[in-house]
Amino acid sequence: MSIMTQDEAKTILDKVVALSTADQCTARLGGSIEGNIRFALNNVSTSGVVSDTGLVVEVAFGKRVGTATINEFSDAALARVVKRAEDLAKLAPENPEFMPAVDKQTYRPSNTFVEATAAITPGQRAEIARASIEPCKAQNLIAAGFLTDNQSFAAFANSNGNFGYQRATDMDYTCTVRTEDGQGSGWVGRSLQDVSDFNAASDVNIAMRKAAASVEAQALEPGKYTVILEPAAAAGLISFMGGFFGARQADEGRSFLSKAGGGNKIGEQVYDPRVNLYADPWDPDVPVLPWDGDGLPRERMALVENGRIANLNYSRFWAQKQGKTAMGQPGNLIMGGGTKSTSDLVRETERGILVTRTWYIRMVDPQTVLLTGLTRDGTFYIENGQLKYPLKNFRFNESPVIMLNNIDELGRPVRVGDGLPMMIPPMRLRDFTFTSLSDAV
Amino acid sequence: MQRRQFLAACGIGAGGLLLPGFRAIAAEQLVETVEVAVKKRLADAAMSAATAAGASYCDVRIGRYMRQFVVTREANVQGVTNTESSGVGIRVIADGAWGFAATNDMSAEAVAASARLATEIAKANARSQTAPVRLAPTPSLGEVSWRTPIRRNGMEVEIQEKVDLLLGVNAAATNAGASFVNSSLFLVNEQKYFASTDGSYIDQDVHRIFAPFTVTAIDRSTGKFRTRDGLSTPMGMGYEYLDGDAAHKSTAPNGVVSYGKSYDMREDAIAAARQAREKLTATSVRPGQYDLVLDPNHLGLTIHESVGHPLELDRVLGYEANYAGTSFATLDKREQRFQYGSEIVNLIADKTEVGSLGAVGYDDEGVRTKSWPLIENGKLVDYQATRDQAHILGKTESDGCSYADSWSSVQFQRMPNVSLQPGKVPMSVADMIAGVDNGIYILGRGSFSIDQQRYNAQFGGTLFYEIKNGQITQPLEDVAYQMRTPEFWNACSAICDERDYRSWGSFNDGKGQPSQSSAVSHGSPTTRFDGINVINTARSLG
Repeated sequence: MSIMTQDEAKTILDKVVALSTADQCTARLGGSIEGNIRFALNNVSTSGVVSDTGLVVEVAFGKRVGTATINEFSDAALARVVKRAEDLAKLAPENPEFMPAVDKQTYRPSNTFVEATAAITPGQRAEIARASIEPCKAQNLIAAGFLTDNQSFAAFANSNGNFGYQRATDMDYTCTVRTEDGQGSGWVGRSLQDVSDFNAASDVNIAMRKAAASVEAQALEPGKYTVILEPAAAAGLISFMGGFFGARQADEGRSFLSKAGGGNKIGEQVYDPRVNLYADPWDPDVPVLPWDGDGLPRERMALVENGRIANLNYSRFWAQKQGKTAMGQPGNLIMGGGTKSTSDLVRETERGILVTRTWYIRMVDPQTVLLTGLTRDGTFYIENGQLKYPLKNFRFNESPVIMLNNIDELGRPVRVGDGLPMMIPPMRLRDFTFTSLSDAV
Repeated sequence: MQRRQFLAACGIGAGGLLLPGFRAIAAEQLVETVEVAVKKRLADAAMSAATAAGASYCDVRIGRYMRQFVVTREANVQGVTNTESSGVGIRVIADGAWGFAATNDMSAEAVAASARLATEIAKANARSQTAPVRLAPTPSLGEVSWRTPIRRNGMEVEIQEKVDLLLGVNAAATNAGASFVNSSLFLVNEQKYFASTDGSYIDQDVHRIFAPFTVTAIDRSTGKFRTRDGLSTPMGMGYEYLDGDAAHKSTAPNGVVSYGKSYDMREDAIAAARQAREKLTATSVRPGQYDLVLDPNHLGLTIHESVGHPLELDRVLGYEANYAGTSFATLDKREQRFQYGSEIVNLIADKTEVGSLGAVGYDDEGVRTKSWPLIENGKLVDYQATRDQAHILGKTESDGCSYADSWSSVQFQRMPNVSLQPGKVPMSVADMIAGVDNGIYILGRGSFSIDQQRYNAQFGGTLFYEIKNGQITQPLEDVAYQMRTPEFWNACSAICDERDYRSWGSFNDGKGQPSQSSAVSHGSPTTRFDGINVINTARSLG
């Protein structure tokens, strides 16, 4: 029952909306089946499947809102959950920022569901773990990794006659390979919607090669360097910055997108003109649901166009207050780029540092989005287009805003997982700021 | 997309506060409990089924996990959410391997079926297992119980009282000059029943509370903004933590007030508004080497990252290599009595300290909790272990470090409280500052980041003050210190005495894949570290 059909979901949601006597009612139904397998020290450590389904009922009397949830769907249970939500609403304080349920909408479906991913079996998960571990064992390397796959559905209905239903799948795989003496470490990550596109044996090779090649790393003096950030390394900084495109924060004067004297930086040149950031629910590589948490339709929305701030994210409340039109909040983040791979960028680099992955990134100063973090699992010195030798890891203190003003070249975007679905290019950047060395391997 | 994001995206997240498996409930249900006899019958059903299916060991955790969130900004209540998650997690050993299964169906039949499934999974896992599980013995405890020693159950406090508190805090901060204020209350109650085939039936009622706020000050003309977070900490206490008992306050030589086991949120918010304004014009730090005087509300996070995590045995062994990483503190370093810190540094692991987040009577595999040394006179002497890890350290008993964040999560090794012991020489904060020629006094949590083997770390803070020739001279901004763990702890030159001992805690320490969250405290007095590298974090976006 974790994954309901559209008809099953609609039957339940319609009953809930009909049961409510409140001024407004929105019912949301979601379910998922999530499988995973984890391995470490060349052994499977845990494996499991978690199924879950839940119904959230949100009702409003005037500006008083009540929410209740249940995971039973009998008529009696539905009546209970509606009553509970209504009881809570009557006791709740008024929310001055309350926004009524959205009107009836038309959603253009996005291709978020792939049957092959939904059909993954425990045997396939075990095979992926085996395909990761065996080649490592054969070369006296040690593998630790995690695969998680998910299929889900989302449906909702409200008292304005709005309704939506869609299914989705995704999978994420990561593997860290270390040498037996602990002196080398490599990593690979793959985020996909269709498990048929995944080949653990070829992916694990990337991590194995990096592990072997990163032994006997040399220390380089911290400072400003030309770097090539692989997509996973760049994504860590860019997704962090992407969380600060809220219009309200900017208008309130507490964002890097606030203007001195008041207002926000929409229309201003903030980045190199080659920077384009946007969200698109129908992007073929990172499709997401065509609605946001409030049920507003998502649209293709540019955040940065040719380096200028094109749009900020307005909540429905803030849009109304500011006289703007609210758009669905973005569900993905896509950065435009060129056609070159990471390898192409390396080949064309005279001197620089290749960064496989960034780690433990935290905000240091929200005024400038200064972030700190470290390189990890494969950092190499590049000379005349070749990886010359492995480097000890660095700590960086860098703002993605400054970093995206120091672009040398952007490569071809690839899908990056770990939370927000993203398309991020590899990038060669000037003057990236490393502030200290790390002894960690 | 992770399931959590998917649910949030479709609105199932109910304001982003409902976690997977949690359902929203009415406030009155937060104070209900389940009869112990009912839980014992369920546990016995599971253990019988597992044993009959061939398990040599079985433990059963029947959990009811409740949370309440009250979230406000300025004069608005943004949300009041009550959540509950109940179910049964069953772990077995069969053919020498672990198996685990969980269900939210609390019928004897469903629980027995899950026990059989866990046994089947264990047998399947045994086929590729390289060495059988070895459990350190633990005494059969019979039927016992434990409860966080709270004086006032936060779940029983009316919502209106909580809303009045937070809106009062917001108004006080606004009146004192804050541009914006966000404040919240988070309450947790874990009703946990544990039973095992070792003959233990343990009923525990665990309470935690957290009351954070953030004050923002803005200078519209320059576009500059600064925030000052509250100086409270999550505690293993009831609502009495918010009584504002002056006996638990500490006042620094420059008048900054810190809090121990009682918090005055309104007083702190008023100070925060003033200090946030002060930060807008504070002197930007000159980078270089300084002697740092670190308040317990700051040092706790540094202890957590640079001592607590590196001494987790599963991390040391390589089980966390793909996520959180490994550890520089390898087993050979214990044999060599590695000089982790200076000789005055003594750090203990603990699961018993009253008021701490890690305090429970028994861990999640039925082991009675205790305290034990990790660093003695600066030397590495021990790690944190569970029943199946104790033999690796040559120990005959577990350290009691097993925890699962839900009935549906499998328990594994989690960090206990790790705390720095007070100095043996009488010393107040004023005495310590008086002895510093060129230093920075840091209070509160800030930005934090550390590498995957716990060597290189960088920490910010909430409040920074320059110390010159034994005097606090002015507030500073843009401060962060960078450190290498062993050098940092070996630079520890003074620790205030027990009068200044206070706790700092983390409500959400993440570890494992799928990630699990745990709560843990770190106690210490104010402590001095000499010659630490400080960087300036100010940048210009042009």
